[in-house]
Amino acid sequence: MRRAKGKIGAKDIGALLTLRAGEEILFSGYLYTARDQAHKRIVELIKKNKKLPFDLSNQIIYYCGPTETPEGKIIGSCGPTTSSRMDRFVEPLLKAGVAAMIGKGRRSKSVRDLIKKHKSVYFAAPAGCGALLAKKVLSREIVCFKELGPEAVYRLKVRDFPLVVAIDSRGNDLYKHLEK
Amino acid sequence: MKQFSKHDIESLVKEANFSLRKDVKKLLAKAYAVETNRKAKKALGLILENSDIAKKENLAICQDTGLPVIFIEAGSNEALSGKVIKNIEQEVSSAYRRNYLRPFAVSPLLRKHPSYKGVITHVEFNPGKKGVTITIFPKGFGSENKSRLKMFNPTADFSEIEDFVIESVKKAGPEACPPFVVGIGIGGTSDYALLLAKKALIGRVDLPSKDGFLKNTEERLLKKINALGIGPMGLGGRTTVLAVKIKTAATHIAGLPVGINISCHALRSASKTL
Repeated sequence: MRRAKGKIGAKDIGALLTLRAGEEILFSGYLYTARDQAHKRIVELIKKNKKLPFDLSNQIIYYCGPTETPEGKIIGSCGPTTSSRMDRFVEPLLKAGVAAMIGKGRRSKSVRDLIKKHKSVYFAAPAGCGALLAKKVLSREIVCFKELGPEAVYRLKVRDFPLVVAIDSRGNDLYKHLEK
Repeated sequence: MKQFSKHDIESLVKEANFSLRKDVKKLLAKAYAVETNRKAKKALGLILENSDIAKKENLAICQDTGLPVIFIEAGSNEALSGKVIKNIEQEVSSAYRRNYLRPFAVSPLLRKHPSYKGVITHVEFNPGKKGVTITIFPKGFGSENKSRLKMFNPTADFSEIEDFVIESVKKAGPEACPPFVVGIGIGGTSDYALLLAKKALIGRVDLPSKDGFLKNTEERLLKKINALGIGPMGLGGRTTVLAVKIKTAATHIAGLPVGINISCHALRSASKTL
């Protein structure tokens, strides 16, 4: 744990880069949800040099497709999905300035190298704990790709979102001993 | 003909998605009690806390509310009609929608507009059974993607099957949400071995198989897998698997199919018998 109870706020994006694999933090700030189909679309737009529906620079991408939002709630269950399915999209997103990624599980060696090269960081969120994580979300707004339903991009404001550094900005990998 | 009401089916859908099964919760609580690795223990604590929040708030245990798999098992003297089965499927779909669960199905190639149409149903008549049992099994795809099938040579040593199971768990790794429950189907045809593996997950997983050989194999695999040290969220410790369950069926003299269906720690299902 670092600092006061390992808490990191929205204005400390730079501080994320000083974290080391295995460190646990509670993050407060903004996350953009994006999973398979949203990634595919964003990368297609980047390839075609088209304007993106939101600015990726210094943002945190959360691999997540929540359930529908029950009446009276801010969001439904919203845990992380498997990150490795997004491995093929990481390079263009990091080039566009993405600061960090949140998901679950291992990444490929090439993603590890890209994280080191572009000075980014990959976090693991508690997998299969979507109800608990829903309680950490303060607001939710749709950003783009509404027709993708749970795969649309949402901007979430979170407080004390529990994360573990899985790959740090130097390329150290918490799961390296669990190579596939 | 036995008719399940709209209320019966909605209750099963809610129970399966909002409440962790008693047998699974018992194994998680036991794992939490004996875990000595600090990070792994903390992760197990979060899993248990998550199940309490889900139940209290009517929130899905996991945002992946699965592709709902429906098992209908009827005694030989029961009658079932296509209309009854279709009605069950429609009620599952609409209960998913009404309870804000995730639209689960897309066209496999177009991948647009997720909907609530496309449940998977298995129907079976069983001579030893009385009444009709319906089970709703929301199967999440983080773990479903790690399913495996291997057609062994009929003269294979049993140790080769055990190695295949262990290799499959290693491949599943932290992204399939350990601690797992591993379902293994041995025998039948390729498709049937995988179905047996899935069915192994819907019975109680805190009880050993009645067959002595299977019971010993399940226990041995449990120990071997837990020695891998993957642990909850891949954070290490002694709990990589909560239970290993094996089901078998007669097979062809030329073959030995082995199917593996892994469940994440959020092994969810609910059943009702009429």
